Amino acid sequence: MADQEPKETGAQPPARTRSLTYWVQLGFVRLGVLPFLLLIALVVFTLLSDHFLTGRNLMNVVRQSAYLTLVSMGQMFALLTGGFDLSVGTILALTSVVGATAMAGTYAAMPDSAGLAILIGVLAGIAAGTAIGVVNGVGVSIFNVSPFMMSLGMASIGFGIALYMTGGTPVYGMPVEFGDTFGFGNTLGLPTPVLVTLVLIAALFFVVNWTRLGRYFYAVGGNIKAARLSGINTKLTLFLAYVFCGLMASISGILLTARLDTGEANIGATMPLESIAACVIAGVSLRGGVGRLENVVLGALFIGLVQNGMNLARIESYLQTVVIGSLLILAVVADQFRLRYVANLQD
Amino acid sequence: MNGEVMNGGGPVDGSPPLLKLENITKRYPGVLALDRVEFDLRAGEVHVLFGENGAGKSTLISILAGAQTPDGGRIQFRGQTIDMNSVHHARSLGISAVFQEFSLVPQLTIEQNLFLGAEETTLGMLNKTALHDRAKEILERLGFDLRPTQKVAFLSRAQQQMVEIAKAFRSDLSILILDEPTASLTDRETEQLFALINQVKARGVGIIYITHRMSEIRRIADRITVLRDGRYVATVDASTSEGELVRLMTGRVIDELFPKVRFEPGETMLEIEHLATADGTVSDVSMTLRRGEVVGLAGLVGSGKSEVARACFGLIPVAAGRVVFAGADTTGLSPSQMLDRGFFYVPPDRRDEGLMMMRGVRENIVLSALSEPEFSRGPFLRRKAEAAKAQELAQRLNLQPLRIEREVDHFSGGNQQKVMLAKSLTREVDLFVFDEPTVGVDVGTRVAIYEFIRDLCENGAAVLLISSDLPEILHLTKRVYVMCRGVLTAEVTGEEINQENILRHCFEREAA
Repeated sequence: MADQEPKETGAQPPARTRSLTYWVQLGFVRLGVLPFLLLIALVVFTLLSDHFLTGRNLMNVVRQSAYLTLVSMGQMFALLTGGFDLSVGTILALTSVVGATAMAGTYAAMPDSAGLAILIGVLAGIAAGTAIGVVNGVGVSIFNVSPFMMSLGMASIGFGIALYMTGGTPVYGMPVEFGDTFGFGNTLGLPTPVLVTLVLIAALFFVVNWTRLGRYFYAVGGNIKAARLSGINTKLTLFLAYVFCGLMASISGILLTARLDTGEANIGATMPLESIAACVIAGVSLRGGVGRLENVVLGALFIGLVQNGMNLARIESYLQTVVIGSLLILAVVADQFRLRYVANLQD
Repeated sequence: MNGEVMNGGGPVDGSPPLLKLENITKRYPGVLALDRVEFDLRAGEVHVLFGENGAGKSTLISILAGAQTPDGGRIQFRGQTIDMNSVHHARSLGISAVFQEFSLVPQLTIEQNLFLGAEETTLGMLNKTALHDRAKEILERLGFDLRPTQKVAFLSRAQQQMVEIAKAFRSDLSILILDEPTASLTDRETEQLFALINQVKARGVGIIYITHRMSEIRRIADRITVLRDGRYVATVDASTSEGELVRLMTGRVIDELFPKVRFEPGETMLEIEHLATADGTVSDVSMTLRRGEVVGLAGLVGSGKSEVARACFGLIPVAAGRVVFAGADTTGLSPSQMLDRGFFYVPPDRRDEGLMMMRGVRENIVLSALSEPEFSRGPFLRRKAEAAKAQELAQRLNLQPLRIEREVDHFSGGNQQKVMLAKSLTREVDLFVFDEPTVGVDVGTRVAIYEFIRDLCENGAAVLLISSDLPEILHLTKRVYVMCRGVLTAEVTGEEINQENILRHCFEREAA
């Protein structure tokens, strides 16, 4: 039916009384489902627990959400280009194990230079995590492996390496300064993980909105053929999306390692689901090309908020995963409804 | 009554028409696709539906085929008002449609496809022998040289078309709807189809036939109904002149539709020497393009005309030959390198490879020029310059509505096409290649696109116009290359450019 060319009828619905439903609908179409979910969560948890809506608890939420926020921002790059990364959890684990091992090893050899040990450990961890992103990027962009298979395969490989390196036991022996600074410490009056996250949010916001590379992520996901015809190096852009994703996940891995004070192969298992959920709830399209960084940050905060609220309301942790999964599906369903409304309210 | 019509063959005066449509209206969200359309079909006639892309032909036939329900109006079948509500209902009345887009399952065999949804069963099990025999019988009756057990995936487009037609014949037929059936057929296959049409005509079947080709109208049409922008324009006799039909279709006389282009051929911009592509779509093509001229490239679907340009632009690997652009050998360079040298290719399918449908107009327009110093400083974007340029170009091309942040998907087809054209104006370009630039746009936009092309040419750019729309080629160019099956069959110039000359070279020479 190539002939059904839309013709503007011009006759918009007459100036009807703008009822509340209209504004709710318009808000829904413009902003997506996230503001509504946030509102509902705030009301529900405030009613369920007296401790929920306190400054201290909300700061707690922000601090706990920092790790997921970082991973979700990385995940957004993969999603923007029309793919996704299922290996973010593994990247966290590998970063943690490699970073902790390198740091403990250096510290044991040179007990006087804790700073150097921390530096080497951090760099080694980030390098290991980012390497997974690099392999993902090579597979997806050069060998045209589907992001699903590529990152699923890498998740298994990375997890296997992390377990093999540690034999499944935690890695101890890092300098106490590491945990004190990056895990529990404050810098400039903010918990260090929160500060690091804020800086990265600002940096990535700039990359996404004000650089050519940022625009190219949207272009590649929006229409990879059109991007190619417009002279964009689509392979490089795809590659970089996965490298960014790996980098963000490994920074998150380092911060989490500092918080736990041990290198763990078993962290991050829920990260793939939670990071994709944060993005999707924030309106990032699974088909690529659509998504805003600031909403993704809110999406990650929302998930942190729900988890915190459920903890305060003493909801069992097994049930919590049921809730997170349901929210993800709800967000996708809501998005389908949104698309239906868009046709009616396109201006 | 029926018997009379069936035996009569050809229109019988006095009896009610086979089909009569009154005031058919169809609305899509925000779009009025059909606006009180009238149409009638007599038994034993070929009634051509004529109109531009977007005129509503496809919507009309999909209503007749039961795939869509009208929002208003009345359908009378053999004198009785019916309420057509499903494809199944249409089929039971003997109405069958062959659409341009095939509804075949490639993984299944011909016979499985023929009876899909109408399989014969015995005690709930498929009666495979009966299906096989009936498939064989239908194919033989139609004279199609196909084995029922062949997989559809391995058939050529023309053969798939035959299967689609055969599908229409699986039950008793009273109305046959054909949507541009010859678009992918060779000369010989077309002849076969026409013979078949005459055969079913004689049996009293009414045929609704959609085509853009004048020669086909001359050959088989009895009457022609013209639609424009979803409205009924007129029903005329098949002997109506071409000029009159174009006037009815577009609402303008030909001279108004096509601007006069002033040609001042200058230096050579592009030289293609014995080009062959790695995928075999093009073999041994040579041509030259100069500044200040519009050169046409004609040919049927699959003739390789589009692939020539795509190979020059670096989208298809070159196997042999040379491409010389602006004096330098550019064979095998990438699209981004070609863009930097001033070669711009505007693709045929804006949804598939032209635009990012879910992004805004601004982002689409400047996408190919982001690396120019005008729009970026180092890796950073100059968003003000970007917005200013997008706004300027949108205004210049009369984008409606003029909202550069709105998603492209929310614009009409014509306006989407304008966004694609605007993309080519963001950077320095010496050679523009337009690949089917007017597919799916309304008349107003068509005129705008032609004027756009004229201005480019008169400002000294070289323009290659690749098109299946012959009038476009005939009126805008002074030099036309014609291709068939991957090779250049002719270069037609000046006075020799006419429909017959070009069409003759579009088809493979029959072994004579």
